[in-house]
Amino acid sequence: MPPALRAVLGKLITTLIVLFGVSILIFCIARIIPGDPVRIALGPNASQDMVDALRAQMHLDAPLVTQYVYFLRDVLHGDFGMSLYSKRPVIADIAQFLPATLELMIVAGIIMVGVGLPMGILAARTRDRWPDHLVRVITLLGVSAPGFVWAVVLMLIFAYFVPIFPIAGRISNSFQIPQVTGFMLVDTLLAGNLAAFADAFRHIILPACALAVTGIGQSARLTRANMVETYRKPYAEMAQSYGFPAGRIARRYVFKPSLIPSLTVIGLDFASMLGGAFLVESVFAWPGLSRYGVNVILVKDLNGIVGTVLVIAATFLIMNIIVDLLVWWLNPRFRLGGRS
Amino acid sequence: MDDLTLRIRDLNLRFKSLFSDTAVLHGISLHIRRGERVALVGESGSGKSVTARIVLGTLQELKTSRISGTVEVMGRDLKKMTEKERYALRGRDISMIFQDPTSSLNPVFRIAELFHEVLKRRDPGISAAAARARAAQMLAQVSIHEPERALDSYAFQLSGGMNQRIMIAMALANEPALLLADEPGTALDVTVQAQTLELMREMVERNATSVLFISHNLGVVREFADRVYVIYKGRIVEHGTTEALFADPRHPYTRALMAAVPRLTGGGIPDVPEVSESFFDPMITHEGLREPEPTR
Ligand SMILES: Nc1ncnc2c1ncn2[C@@H]1O[C@H](COP(=O)(O)OP(=O)(O)O)[C@@H](O)[C@H]1O
Ligand SMILES: [Mg+2]
Repeated sequence: MPPALRAVLGKLITTLIVLFGVSILIFCIARIIPGDPVRIALGPNASQDMVDALRAQMHLDAPLVTQYVYFLRDVLHGDFGMSLYSKRPVIADIAQFLPATLELMIVAGIIMVGVGLPMGILAARTRDRWPDHLVRVITLLGVSAPGFVWAVVLMLIFAYFVPIFPIAGRISNSFQIPQVTGFMLVDTLLAGNLAAFADAFRHIILPACALAVTGIGQSARLTRANMVETYRKPYAEMAQSYGFPAGRIARRYVFKPSLIPSLTVIGLDFASMLGGAFLVESVFAWPGLSRYGVNVILVKDLNGIVGTVLVIAATFLIMNIIVDLLVWWLNPRFRLGGRS
Repeated sequence: MDDLTLRIRDLNLRFKSLFSDTAVLHGISLHIRRGERVALVGESGSGKSVTARIVLGTLQELKTSRISGTVEVMGRDLKKMTEKERYALRGRDISMIFQDPTSSLNPVFRIAELFHEVLKRRDPGISAAAARARAAQMLAQVSIHEPERALDSYAFQLSGGMNQRIMIAMALANEPALLLADEPGTALDVTVQAQTLELMREMVERNATSVLFISHNLGVVREFADRVYVIYKGRIVEHGTTEALFADPRHPYTRALMAAVPRLTGGGIPDVPEVSESFFDPMITHEGLREPEPTR
């Protein structure tokens, strides 16, 4: 088996083990925090008999270990149980809300990479001159406040004082878009409705920017630092000695090798947007998984909590694997092996 | 006398920052005629690499450098050229070979891609296919038997000797007038270094390329150079033909350098342990040699 394939397989196995651990942990925590989920779900007027019946139906009267075995059996069949909060299967809730969050993250990720990396390249190329200083001040501002602060700031400026962007939601109510992928930008295009696509685009811009600001700052600073380091390498001096154009040296011959060490961290920045999304979604009333997660915690919806956390953990781990694959693909030394 | 490829006159260099002001070169003069191989020999830190960087025009772009004196490349004064004109010389009229070939070749691009970029300096519109053909032809000239395989490799997949051959081929592909070889192949093992130097000598002889050969290895210099300048702490202390200088070293520093036993490791770098006042004695120029007068 080639070493690269073995590495990916190893990563997959680790991922499954981590997911298993997370499932035990969140399963127990959800049941240990105080409050009776069945009582909350049925309301104060339900009789004790009704409460007991539902509790038995959910196996909540069984020992914790037995409960977990039932749970695991169901999960392996793709069943996360019913949500006490929405009264629907948890999996249906997740299928509805997760795409909204992923869509927000992906757009934010594109903005982060599309703005942060060029800023870092510019700074490294003009190091210790004014464009570099400018980038450093801007990125310092960016990393100095969390995403939800930027959410409020952007909302105030661009949706309230200068109302050029909508203030909340994913799309205006006037559009009825059938859900196919759950990604509004994709579904509007599938429906062939360009006006709706433009509307959805206008809706996603502010929350995505808010979510991206910190990542832009971090990726720009990291790119700059790693590139400055790479500029000292003999092969960078070679490129300069041979008169390769300065722009090409920066974008190709220095940026590409310096991206390899940056990428892991940028991937983590991207994954941590999942956390940032919780608050940004609240500010912009974005109907995503984060908002769902907050609500299920508030009503102690056991299945909802466990399902949400597991999906978030899985998303995080999958992104990790994708980053590893990217690094592997970018670095010929990993791809091909060779003399060390 | 218009066959001067390089002429350096009274070159001074300081590095000046907020907290320090270090003089590195104290008025050095040297020249290289067409097709000549001239060595600049001295221990580490004596100012050899900075001299090469000034000729290349890259040190001029550093904010902390203070340079005075004249450097003429093919009769043109670098100081009277714009940054753009100096840039135009690089990779076309002047090229460079480095200490460690493997780390001088970019690790995430194939040799063919790097070669293409190098050839674009001479012919900006050259296609990838044409560049590849030319590269393969150059690699064959440096005795690489499977040029296609080398072109499709990354530097880390090839041996140091192979990379050095590739570096030599790249350096000479655009038929430069001047080759700066800064301790070429010092990172390689001794036999491989000797082989690649021999190869380099054949190539530059064929093209009548002038070479500034920077080294701290006297054995190698003796093999390779026609003429030698010995540099000590930013001053030229002795200038002679290779033959004269090795037969009759006159400056105390040159003698100390030759008397010192080369270390076995590190490519035969001599150790000159004690520092003597006499190392600062006036420069000695051997008979029949002198620095040429300005072109105009
Ligand atoms: N960019 C720089 N800033 C300050 N000092 C430098 C710089 N580059 C070289 N020097 C100093 O100049 C001296 C000569 O360096 P160099 O030409 O690299 O020596 P060598 O003869 O070993 O090639 C050394 O003392 C070095 O510390
Ligand atoms: Mg040096």
